[in-house]
Amino acid sequence: MSVFQYEFMRRAFVVGILLSVIIPCVGIVVVLKRLSMIGDALSHSSLSGVAMGLVMGINPILGAIIACIAAALAIEIIRKKIPNYAEMAIAVILSASVGLAGVLSGFAKNSANFNSFLFGSIIAFSDFEIILVICVSLAVMLTFAALYKELFFIAFDERLAGLAGVPVRTVNNIFTVLAAVTVAVASRTVGVLIVSSTMVIPAACAMQFRMGYKRTVALSILFAVAFMTAGLYISYYARLKPGGTIVLLGVASLCVILFVKNRSRGRVDIDVKMGYDE
Amino acid sequence: MSPIVDVCDLSFSYGEQPIFSKIGFSIYKGDFVAIIGTNGSGKSTLFRLMLGELVPTAGYVRLFEGRPPVSLGRGAVAYLPQNGFSASRDFPATVEEIVMANLYSQVGFLRFPKKEHRERVREVLSQAGMAKYAKRLIGSLSGGQRQRVMLAGVLAGDPKLLLLDEPTSSVDSQAVQSLFEMLSRLNVELGVTVAMITHDISNAVEYVSRILCLERGSLIELDKSEVYEELSHRHAHPASEDRTPEKAR
Repeated sequence: MSVFQYEFMRRAFVVGILLSVIIPCVGIVVVLKRLSMIGDALSHSSLSGVAMGLVMGINPILGAIIACIAAALAIEIIRKKIPNYAEMAIAVILSASVGLAGVLSGFAKNSANFNSFLFGSIIAFSDFEIILVICVSLAVMLTFAALYKELFFIAFDERLAGLAGVPVRTVNNIFTVLAAVTVAVASRTVGVLIVSSTMVIPAACAMQFRMGYKRTVALSILFAVAFMTAGLYISYYARLKPGGTIVLLGVASLCVILFVKNRSRGRVDIDVKMGYDE
Repeated sequence: MSPIVDVCDLSFSYGEQPIFSKIGFSIYKGDFVAIIGTNGSGKSTLFRLMLGELVPTAGYVRLFEGRPPVSLGRGAVAYLPQNGFSASRDFPATVEEIVMANLYSQVGFLRFPKKEHRERVREVLSQAGMAKYAKRLIGSLSGGQRQRVMLAGVLAGDPKLLLLDEPTSSVDSQAVQSLFEMLSRLNVELGVTVAMITHDISNAVEYVSRILCLERGSLIELDKSEVYEELSHRHAHPASEDRTPEKAR
């Protein structure tokens, strides 16, 4: 029976593909700025936003977006205050968010909805949520394209970028909001506990191929789309949780890439030692 | 002729610790200046003041006919920091992508590079002798080649003043020579004014037009011929070798 005969699966593929285009765009910059853990902090902030949304009776994704933006800006402010220990900012916001989510979840009337955010529920999207994902995805894609060269330069060397005239603070703030919104929406799909992996793994896979920036971005998007579609197919036919399946597929692919890469590197080393390369 | 760089009675301290006091000098168009001095004498701090990244305790820095550094449009002054760039060697970027990023002041905020910008990238890579490496990853190059790429990058913006902080620090001796030759060519043929912090006095004295020495909180200009003479004497008597010329003490 075809996976596309069901409306909820068609929606899942639309949402999944849109997210797998925008998540690596944010993910590659996060990885290159060595802030991989920011995804974790933001996803946990989104959980507190979900709890807040459920308590206050507003859409949980909207609550997650607001909480993520607030958390991301707080991280950026703390990071500026203690630039040599930037990871401390992430730890502070992460634990504060978990604490807030824990307290607020006690007041949430619909605890099943709250739990669905932990591991995501890509197949249970409402019309409003679909429209929200499409709008957010378009906004992230356009902003990423517009700020492409600025984000590249800042990731390469923030100081040199500033000296060359890049408005570093403005671009960093815009990117922070971009990352927050992406994580908030992705948390609903793949789950709060694994969203940071979906940001990092496609970028990590693409970086193993040692290509230029543009090609690495393109390849990480391709990896993310492949993990998402394959993950949805597998989870549908094997009756698994989609979020977990997508992430495990990504991790398995990264392991295979690393294994093959190390093996071929070892072979080159042996060839050099034996003189076969001459 | 008004100077490109005018430093007057400049003092700076980090908290209670004074770095230098009431130093002054001028750099004119077409100069190739080496700034020497022992570690911790404040050479990099002086550059940071010239870039407007630090605020002087007293005195001032004026660039291009009396303008404070912070008021300058970006791109007029190009700067190459001590270790080239802060990204790791695994950073996924090609040589041409990095040089293109440095063309920011010409491309502009929220704009995309055009054909003329791509041609400019090819042109500066040729000037730096790195045209054939355009598609190579920055991390796959040697220290000397990376410095050449970074130099091509800062040149791409067509700067009037080039500030280089120890550009030869992580470069092997053969590459040092060729970097100095390249800088000298840029200075003579393209008229780029260069100020360079260096510990490599023996190479500097061959190529630069002036030598400034920052030592124990004050700055003096050394006579190139005397430095040359002293270095020749040291080559003849290696036991007396030291990094800062005797004249500056």
